[in-house]
Amino acid sequence: MAQRMALSTNYAIAYAVKNCDVDVIAAYPITPQTTVVERLSEFVANGELDAEYIPVESEHSALSAVIGASAAGARVFTATASQGLALMHEVLFMASGMRLPIVMSIANRTLSMPLNIHNDHQDMMSSRDCGWIQIYISSAQEAHDTVIQAYRLAERLDILLPVCVCYDGYVLSHTYEPVEVRDKQKVLEYTPRVERPHVLDPDKPITMGVMALPNYTYEFKYQVVDALKRVPKALEEVDAEFADKFGVKYGLYEEYMCSDADVIMIALGAIASTARLAIDNLRSKGFRIGLFRPRLYRPIPVELWKSVLRKAKMLAIVDRAIAFGGCGGPLFSDVATMFINDSERPLMINFIAGIGGRDVTVRDLEQMGLMAFKSLEEGLKEQCIYFGVRGVDYGL
Amino acid sequence: MIEIRWHGRGGQGAVTAAELLASAAIMEGKWAQAFPSFGAERRGAPVQAYTRIDDKPIYNRSFIYEPDVVVVLDPSLLEGAELRDVLSGLKAGSKLIVNTKLSPKSLAEKLHFKGEVATIDATAIALEVIGRPIVNTAMLGAVVKTVGVVDPSSVLKVLEKRFSGGVLKRNIEAIKRAYESTLQEVA
Amino acid sequence: MSELKKWFELPIGCTNIEPGSSLNNITAGWRVFTPVIDEKKCTKCYLCWAFCPENAIKIADDGFPKTDYRYCKGCGICSNECPAKAITMIRQEV
Repeated sequence: MAQRMALSTNYAIAYAVKNCDVDVIAAYPITPQTTVVERLSEFVANGELDAEYIPVESEHSALSAVIGASAAGARVFTATASQGLALMHEVLFMASGMRLPIVMSIANRTLSMPLNIHNDHQDMMSSRDCGWIQIYISSAQEAHDTVIQAYRLAERLDILLPVCVCYDGYVLSHTYEPVEVRDKQKVLEYTPRVERPHVLDPDKPITMGVMALPNYTYEFKYQVVDALKRVPKALEEVDAEFADKFGVKYGLYEEYMCSDADVIMIALGAIASTARLAIDNLRSKGFRIGLFRPRLYRPIPVELWKSVLRKAKMLAIVDRAIAFGGCGGPLFSDVATMFINDSERPLMINFIAGIGGRDVTVRDLEQMGLMAFKSLEEGLKEQCIYFGVRGVDYGL
Repeated sequence: MIEIRWHGRGGQGAVTAAELLASAAIMEGKWAQAFPSFGAERRGAPVQAYTRIDDKPIYNRSFIYEPDVVVVLDPSLLEGAELRDVLSGLKAGSKLIVNTKLSPKSLAEKLHFKGEVATIDATAIALEVIGRPIVNTAMLGAVVKTVGVVDPSSVLKVLEKRFSGGVLKRNIEAIKRAYESTLQEVA
Repeated sequence: MSELKKWFELPIGCTNIEPGSSLNNITAGWRVFTPVIDEKKCTKCYLCWAFCPENAIKIADDGFPKTDYRYCKGCGICSNECPAKAITMIRQEV
């Protein structure tokens, strides 16, 4: 039976992993992720989950261990954040290159220095082009459901790619809210075990993770490029099947009041939740503004995004990460690139906000919206605004 | 929507109290959020926690700046910089619920606070019933009484899910005592 | 060289699904010096067998180590390790 519980996003994820009946979990604790695997270790210890729990000595080992287990055909899970994800970095590419359906949750946290345990998206953005499917969620319920969808998606034979489910550290990871914990039997029906073409088996020896020379490496990498192209349609199907089973549909993105909007604000994760209220407030003052929240961020379903965004006159793109020395935040760069060859395209303004756990309020987001309208009327003075940093004044 | 801001010191259980209240509301079928504002966690350091309760889904994920209710778990927070944090954003109609020996009237005078004040000597209750100055459940009793946002029986049910044995019994007793002895006054 | 495969002709995930395929790679052509075992001196200690990095030395039915010259690259480690000095490296004219 489905059960409505008060859970933090971390616990909502632990329950989802438990009900997907994973075989192997390997993880190393790091704030603000720790309570995910802490709860899972309790499930294993008290017998609620029949799985191997491998306490490893680092995140590098955590992902390496689940890579080995996944290569042997197991359903696996790991979780991390921040420095832990950075330490995993080289291993991330091995998981996608070996086409292993690993699911990992990431409680997004900033990267040192300064040392800070709070949220921004710097950790994931610094590993965004690593061949993993990346889904950003904005509530504990969505996290719970997305982890279940992630196994279905990752294990599809036309996909076979690792998935990370990203959610804002503390802002979501430690917030208790109502979560409908999906019925285990239905979850298992939704995520049936599949036989993968290649797994490690002593009776049928193969080599996984071969060395390749320049004459073959590119072709192997292109296989990942190709598989990622299939992901948007696959996730739509997985999402539709989820809706049939559980009555909830998420889509590849969420749009709010975009159809007639002059300005569309684009934001990932928790900010996009709060932004809804800013949109309501600005709408009530007569501003035609909408909100676009990408859910599937890697791979980007370019044409789908553009079908919503191209109608606006101005895009206000909120990045919760800094691309040091770049042309703007990572989300901004992605959106700008998808329109670069179009003769008619919206103007774009970039706001860097919420760095290191700095709260992003409804009022902040209203102000960003107003700055976008002002830039639309008076011309764009600044393309990239470091919003709210003390000591910088853009005169907007 | 009702927004509650909890002020305590690390170890007093402000975060747990915020969560227990939200859990009780969720058990009643409402929508609620509970979240902490952590610094680097240290026992004794000032901490804030937040609870939002509504009849519909809650989208706001920023902190609470203009609370309907402020709960103070430790009387030592009513001085200096900590007091500024406690009083920050209070508006007309906001309620202040404080763990103190003072009466609501004398506390309101001391703080120059014009609004509804409730006081409770939660430390005395906690020491007597629990044996340690962990005041969160007693304060929860005071909040349930003063704010009336959830039914007391829901809070007890949440506690039963969370604790057992002597701990459960003592915490239920602390809640009941606080519920009965909270003093309320509009200054 | 045989024709290189296209990306969709390769097994996915950097996988080699053909066990023992290194046997197809005849490395005899790498050799300049060829090890020759003098069975009069050989004590059958099998250190050469243990040390051969190519696994190209097998123990024959008579108990003597025998080099599989299809895979011996002529590195000389066997000769160097042999305590009885039973293995001589000889320049082989092709």
